[in-house]
Amino acid sequence: MSKNYFQVIRAGINTTFQDEGRKNLYHVGIPFSGAMDKRNYFLSNKLVGNKINSPALEFAYQGPLLKYFGNKINIAITGEVNFKIKKKDIIIDGNCYQSLNLENGDEIDILSTNKSVYGYLAIGGQIDLEYQWSSCSTNTKAIIGANDGKKLENEQVINISKLNNQSMERKLNYINTKIENIRIIKGTNFDYFSDKGKKIFLEKEFVVSKLTDRMGMRLEGPKIENVIDTNIKSEGLIKGVIQVPADGNPIVMLSDHGTIGGYPKIGVVISADYDKLVQLSPGSKIKFKHVDLSSAENLFKLYDLETQNLISQIE
Amino acid sequence: MIKNILNLGDAALYCDFGKEVNKETNTQVIRYFKSIQKENISSINNLSPSYNKLIISFDLKKTNFKDLKKIIENLNITNEDNLKNKTIEVPVCCDENFALDIVRLEKKLNLKREKIYENFFSKEFFCYMTGFIAGMPFLGDLSENMRAKRLETPRVKVPKGSVALTEQFANIYTFESPGGWNVIGNSPLTIFDSSKETNPNLINPGDIVLFKEISKKQYENYNE
Repeated sequence: MSKNYFQVIRAGINTTFQDEGRKNLYHVGIPFSGAMDKRNYFLSNKLVGNKINSPALEFAYQGPLLKYFGNKINIAITGEVNFKIKKKDIIIDGNCYQSLNLENGDEIDILSTNKSVYGYLAIGGQIDLEYQWSSCSTNTKAIIGANDGKKLENEQVINISKLNNQSMERKLNYINTKIENIRIIKGTNFDYFSDKGKKIFLEKEFVVSKLTDRMGMRLEGPKIENVIDTNIKSEGLIKGVIQVPADGNPIVMLSDHGTIGGYPKIGVVISADYDKLVQLSPGSKIKFKHVDLSSAENLFKLYDLETQNLISQIE
Repeated sequence: MIKNILNLGDAALYCDFGKEVNKETNTQVIRYFKSIQKENISSINNLSPSYNKLIISFDLKKTNFKDLKKIIENLNITNEDNLKNKTIEVPVCCDENFALDIVRLEKKLNLKREKIYENFFSKEFFCYMTGFIAGMPFLGDLSENMRAKRLETPRVKVPKGSVALTEQFANIYTFESPGGWNVIGNSPLTIFDSSKETNPNLINPGDIVLFKEISKKQYENYNE
């Protein structure tokens, strides 16, 4: 029996296995997790002929360097990613949004995500992974999910238990659009802030700080002044919530967020803009724009439809 | 009873049960939480009960705020006691290597440590909610003379198992985590066990917790 596997030569900065995440566990203290940018995650799987909610490798900034051993395998990378394929005697610059074949001994070197944060590597086949609560998504905070709840590490191995039948080449013409305006709905504590504070929040520019990871995104900018209380009774959080602690700098909750928080909620990022939000790298400028609930719902319908269309264009 | 339902973003209902944090209000929250859980409404993908709020997250592809709000408002929440509370004894070792903030706390509360521990171990605690980190229980209520503020500068790493106090609450750090609560001891008991998928948390909202002091030797030889 032949064995197919990747040897991890360099793990990358924050490389984890992700799928759609796990639900109905907020009450025990476990967040959704799952791929940060769902659209790019779905597209990577579709490009290699997987079910769109199959596990994929998510990487941030610098991705992994992997050496492949086994029968010919299909892979695809999505996002804004610089990578190279090293074959016996040639090095090829990789293109995102198209399926590629790897043969025994080939290497894939994911150098960087270009002016963005997350990229996805889908593997055409079934990766050998543990599931917890029907999801393989690695949550390093709660130490659950694939890879014993840990990031990918140097020298480890990724076993592929089943390869997809080699299918035709798949390709998609797609450009990730950048946005500076992130649309929000007012939060449940919007009125805790002074008129000036509200104005700053909705009109001024903020910068994504280095203190940003899968749990949250800290922003820097003019301080948002609170006139009622800088604490609230601790209560549930959801992804996209923007909290403002006493220092006046907003923090946006992301997919691995703590499930309970006690800072006032000034706003919530709309569902349609979440995939774009998480791709804003440290140093990026960001402006919040207020929309009402029915607009947010319509914008999500449009965004979801566009994602479905992109998925169906890959055949 | 729910006083008010607002939207939290475009994919969650924010149910407010009133301003007060007390056992009665929280029991109402837990009752709603358990009843909604039992309904198995497929568009709901998460529930976050807390002291006096219940946040209901939903799949925006399947429903929307208006429609789900109607369903929740028309739910028949039984007043019968569906809360099967457990009483859990939690062993705590107060060796000074574990009681990281006891000196600070003596000053803050103006109480001798013997008195602090006497108050703490004689109290019956109620679990209001679990979360922040997986399985962490928020337990109340400490008596008035035991209420201290958080550390001015939170610790970057609070050791796993730490038992800590702030304001009217006690908690147990289920993982090593950043945190600003006043640490008074450490428990060897496993509070969160991810291998138990049906119920990973030893302590759940509505449960009663009693802390029991153990020696360093008992701590070291502790065997569940």
